[in-house]
Amino acid sequence: MGDGYLTSALPDNFALIVRGSQCDKKAVNSQRPVNLDLRTIKLPVTAYTSILHRISGVILFVGIAILLYGLDKSLASEEGFAQVQECLTSPLAKFVIWGLLSALLYHLVAGVRHLIMDMGIGETLEGGKLGSQIVLVVSAIVILLLGVWIW
Amino acid sequence: MVTNVTNFSRSGLYDWMAQRVSAVVLAAYVLFLLGYVVCNPGLGYAEWHALFSNNAMRIFSLLTLVALSVHAWVGMWTISTDYLTPMALGKWATAVRFLFQAACGLAMFAFFVWGVQILWGN
Repeated sequence: MGDGYLTSALPDNFALIVRGSQCDKKAVNSQRPVNLDLRTIKLPVTAYTSILHRISGVILFVGIAILLYGLDKSLASEEGFAQVQECLTSPLAKFVIWGLLSALLYHLVAGVRHLIMDMGIGETLEGGKLGSQIVLVVSAIVILLLGVWIW
Repeated sequence: MVTNVTNFSRSGLYDWMAQRVSAVVLAAYVLFLLGYVVCNPGLGYAEWHALFSNNAMRIFSLLTLVALSVHAWVGMWTISTDYLTPMALGKWATAVRFLFQAACGLAMFAFFVWGVQILWGN
């Protein structure tokens, strides 16, 4: 699902191993050597942006609870709104919100890249690498701006 | 024993499309809300409450909750089927993966109900 740019940069047998449980069995049963120790594989930049997309997604899934709690409290009453405002002045809360919104913005930028790639733009190996680098640079800038806005 | 269950819709293409469509809704909502907060530095309770009492905003928020549920499910399903495998976990992989996916589905359902309560309860 949209990971073609990742697997295209890896050996042919890698895609066979990571996709689908039936392929797992094949890889386990075959006598071919299997190298899935990620510490021994040098990951291309596309792999880093891909795994960051996944990590940020999991962080956001957990973060929904925090965001809903804040929204609930801020809408419940004038006192609740003031409490949320008051809470957001503490350095810890600022850091948590900055972290959550950073995950959100990275996920958004990397997601936009997926949509652009779905249109057939940047699907080559070189295009994929360039796209990943653009995602890293753009999200770094946006996250820095977010930090400036929060503090 | 059943060890291989396909995704919710039993179609990878359908999931792929649902992930993209929900992503666009989520992006629109996030950009709107961030833009609103950035453009209103001295935001007070009255304005904030009025924004979420607006019918259009409630419809947009509910649509976003639906999109979030779809998007989170497809994402967590993809990740769990990629990493919670027999290769990583041995013979308990199917049980662990099932429980993980069930927990994700329950959590997302709870988030959805909570979101609806926030939108119409306040």
